[in-house]
Amino acid sequence: MSIEGQTIHRETFVVNLGPQHPATHGVLRIKLTMDGEYIDDAEPVIGYGHRMHEKMGENRTYAKFLPNTARMDYVAAMFNTHGYVCAVERLAGITVPERAEYIRVVTAELNRLASHLLWAGAFLIDLGGFTPLLYTFDDREHILDLLESVTGARLTFCYYRFGGVCNDVDDQFVAGTREFIARLRSRMPMYHALITKNIIFRKRCEGIGIIPAETCRRYGATGPVVRGSGIAYDVRKAEPYSAYPQLNFNIPVYPEADCMARYLVRMDEMMESMRIIEQALDLMQPGPVMAEKVPKMLKPPKGDCYFNVESARGSFGVRAISDGTDKAYRLKLRSPCFSNMSLFQECSRGMLLADALALLGSLDLVIPDMDR
Amino acid sequence: MDEQTQVPPGLIHFAAMDQILDLARANSLWPMTFGLACCAIEMMATGAARFDMARFGCEVFRPSPRQSDVMIVCGTINKKMAPAVVTLYDQMPEPKWVIAMGNCAISGGPFVFPGQYNVVEGVDKLFPVDVYIPGCPPRPEALIEGFLELEKKLTGKRRWPVAKAQ
Repeated sequence: MSIEGQTIHRETFVVNLGPQHPATHGVLRIKLTMDGEYIDDAEPVIGYGHRMHEKMGENRTYAKFLPNTARMDYVAAMFNTHGYVCAVERLAGITVPERAEYIRVVTAELNRLASHLLWAGAFLIDLGGFTPLLYTFDDREHILDLLESVTGARLTFCYYRFGGVCNDVDDQFVAGTREFIARLRSRMPMYHALITKNIIFRKRCEGIGIIPAETCRRYGATGPVVRGSGIAYDVRKAEPYSAYPQLNFNIPVYPEADCMARYLVRMDEMMESMRIIEQALDLMQPGPVMAEKVPKMLKPPKGDCYFNVESARGSFGVRAISDGTDKAYRLKLRSPCFSNMSLFQECSRGMLLADALALLGSLDLVIPDMDR
Repeated sequence: MDEQTQVPPGLIHFAAMDQILDLARANSLWPMTFGLACCAIEMMATGAARFDMARFGCEVFRPSPRQSDVMIVCGTINKKMAPAVVTLYDQMPEPKWVIAMGNCAISGGPFVFPGQYNVVEGVDKLFPVDVYIPGCPPRPEALIEGFLELEKKLTGKRRWPVAKAQ
């Protein structure tokens, strides 16, 4: 208190959000310094989901590490496997047959749809609406059935192998995928009527959680977060890989930089993913799905390579260093969630706690992916 | 305590009452909303429309340990998370049960290797577990089966027929 009574007495208190809190989507802990209902400082504390993936990459042979990749970002497991497999293929100089590349694109984009559907349901739960989750999970189960028929797993797929994929897709899968896309496309207007046009949802999202493009650049944010801030960055376009150069698709970008923009980016991305899948199914020709002469015990020559793919959350990168043995010398995994989460501390300053949770939900974090 | 007020053991029985209570508990097990890793997604799928845990009375996910009966440990527990999990277990009121869902909660699962430094190898190292559900991750049907097993443990008999292998 100053003598004139000009300064208002200000008192802050500390609240722990997590590690067990439904809005943190797992085990993220945020140490909040609150000034009433407003956030003074939000310090993320990570490490509650650390599972030693990078260390295991050095302790296991290349093939034995494959199942691990599915357990980092388990909501979109295909992308992690894709990044890892491509990095090792580049190290070892393996060429993948064309059909396998198209199968990879189809399954990866199906997984992107599943991931975005799950996010939409979970985000709405954060904002207090339970019903959309039941609809999105209903659609998601169709995708999981399709992927289960070729991969054998519902969630933690280990489908890609060095040099291709382990199973060829059959006509039933192709027909089922086309049928599902027709169904999801017919349901998108329903989602927009249920969620996008909902006035409560709009009030919770529009103008809330602004992330300036400059902040995204500084923290290295990628994926729908950066595209919701007006930067058209997508690894599929910036550094095309797999069969993406042959496919025609757009990158949805919204310049508003609020939670609504990030939501709309993901909804539009789902439409684009459906276009990609249809094109890839049309272009797919019969042929082998595995490269010939890939040794069982892979020993890539000495080298160092970095490969990144566009995961459902952003750019997922793998840096593999080989010393000529059957195990990687170093395996660095770049998780999109970690960079996306890092900007939360800066952007949430001065926000209402309830709005900050909307911002946190719109970042689409998977905690064990962040902690690795 | 003086001798007159002492009740001889076995004089008062609440057998019928206990049975009714057990039946009530078995039909309304409230799990805690507590996702650790991959298995939590399958837990969400079990609660959603297709598998519909509500059919078995265990769909009321509570975010607070004070309101829940069952803790589903779904995922890997590491050394940083372990004290928090134990606190949550201690905060749950009696009677309480624990389901270890997935290989990580059972034994550390795929994250156990010589020289591992961070994973707790099985949640039963921290507190007692009633039902183990193997799988990586277990299917939603397996989680429902786990709940039926827990009901059987509570009431002494199985209320639902055993699914036949196809």
